Amino acid sequence: MKSVREIAPVVLPPIALFLLVVLAWQLVFLFGHIESYLLPSPLAVARAAWKKRTELYGALTLTAASALCGFAASLIVGTLIAIAFTFSRIIKASCYPYAVFLQTVPIVAIAPLIVVWCDYGFQSVALIAFIISLFPIITNATTGLTNVDRDLVDLFELHNANRRQVLFKLRLPSAVPYLVTGARISSGMAVIGAIVGEFFTGYGATRFGLGYLIMQATDRMTTDELFAAVMVSTALGMAVFTVVNIMGATVLSRWYHA
Amino acid sequence: MLLVRYNPVAMINLHDTSLSYHPATQILEGITLTVRQGEFVSLLGPSGCGKSSLLRLIAGLVNPTGGELSIDRLPAGLFRRTNHGVSLVFQEPRLLPWRNVRRNIALPLELSKVPPADREVLVEASLKLIGLRPEDAAKYPRMLSGGMRMRVALARALVTQPSVLLLDEPFAALDDLLRQQLNEELLRMWSERTPTTIFVTHNISEAIFLSQRVVIMTSHPGRIRETIEVPFEYPRSHLLRASSEFAKLVGQVGDLLRMETP
Repeated sequence: MKSVREIAPVVLPPIALFLLVVLAWQLVFLFGHIESYLLPSPLAVARAAWKKRTELYGALTLTAASALCGFAASLIVGTLIAIAFTFSRIIKASCYPYAVFLQTVPIVAIAPLIVVWCDYGFQSVALIAFIISLFPIITNATTGLTNVDRDLVDLFELHNANRRQVLFKLRLPSAVPYLVTGARISSGMAVIGAIVGEFFTGYGATRFGLGYLIMQATDRMTTDELFAAVMVSTALGMAVFTVVNIMGATVLSRWYHA
Repeated sequence: MLLVRYNPVAMINLHDTSLSYHPATQILEGITLTVRQGEFVSLLGPSGCGKSSLLRLIAGLVNPTGGELSIDRLPAGLFRRTNHGVSLVFQEPRLLPWRNVRRNIALPLELSKVPPADREVLVEASLKLIGLRPEDAAKYPRMLSGGMRMRVALARALVTQPSVLLLDEPFAALDDLLRQQLNEELLRMWSERTPTTIFVTHNISEAIFLSQRVVIMTSHPGRIRETIEVPFEYPRSHLLRASSEFAKLVGQVGDLLRMETP
């Protein structure tokens, strides 16, 4: 575990800058006049966040749940697809272009279609998060599973390893660093996917995520609530990214040379 | 032991063997070589002479495109698959970083489905053979020095008790002192088990110090230029390197090699 002495120089400067900006922002409101629907003061945002704390908390957990579901599904499905790619050249040649399609298709364009097919609700949001976070897993896992040291493949063949042994004892363990890289990228995308998904699928007035709160605050021109929802979304993205990074670093400490 | 070592039974037999990857690139041409059971032979030649390809042929990882190749009267691939008798050591140790020393050494046994109880006995024997302390066996490759990693790679190759041991410039990346030390250790291991050994190198004194015969190869395409018998008795010690006969032979082989590089 890293000590406080090591972490402080990394964490303290951005926090200090953040506080300075918030302070300057609040000072602008003390000495000048800005319409609050254009830009609310930090105090107003804090007040709105406090007032809406139950809704924000509920929305946060729902968005986090759908993002994590989509992310977990993309990790599993993406790895399985990559394994299929490494087992068969024909499958890879015919399917890979469509995997690229996943990355290039504007998710905003197909989100309404997903709502039509899967109806409003959690499953559609998780599905959108899944689609948007799938591609980095597929590409990174495929690279990791195929870029295995040539000598080691020879070694396995020399000792008469079967395909299962090559996969589980060589290819998958070698691919772990690549999978961690893919997971880092796609965890952030899953959060974005979930929020964008909620823009479209909405949910009802009783169950809703951060995306719904953002849309609602925009419609009502309650900019302070909008800011509060954006802040919580950002915090969620950062939290997911940090957790995935720490987990990745823990796993990798076994694979990387010290 | 000595009787076994000089057993005249032919183990590896190549007759007019050739290898080309594309019709246009001939890697090996007209290789005729017989290696006796338990013999230690070095392949010496400039880089690009197909030494490594010759090892891959004998290991049964590629098939010859012409001529004959048999090990113990079987095709190389079949010999490898049926006897579990071929091991290969690469230029780099190529250990799996996610496995500790013990489990790295056990890998070939796992792959060829040796029962766990037998595995343990064989790994212990192999650890003892390379002189590794039990507490080091739990370490991961990244915690070991370069020489130690190579010793583990040797242990991994020897754990299956192979009848054919192939080494592809295993000590090329090590400093000279360590290389000499590992040469002596390799000879000790070889004399305990006497696998038929083919050692690829471009280091003349290493080839002479280790082997009973040195096969000198030429490049483009790879051919055998000459085979030199090394007259020194085993066991050989580091004192051999200081003798005048040794220096004379190194000089002779060096001259032969120079003739090959225009």
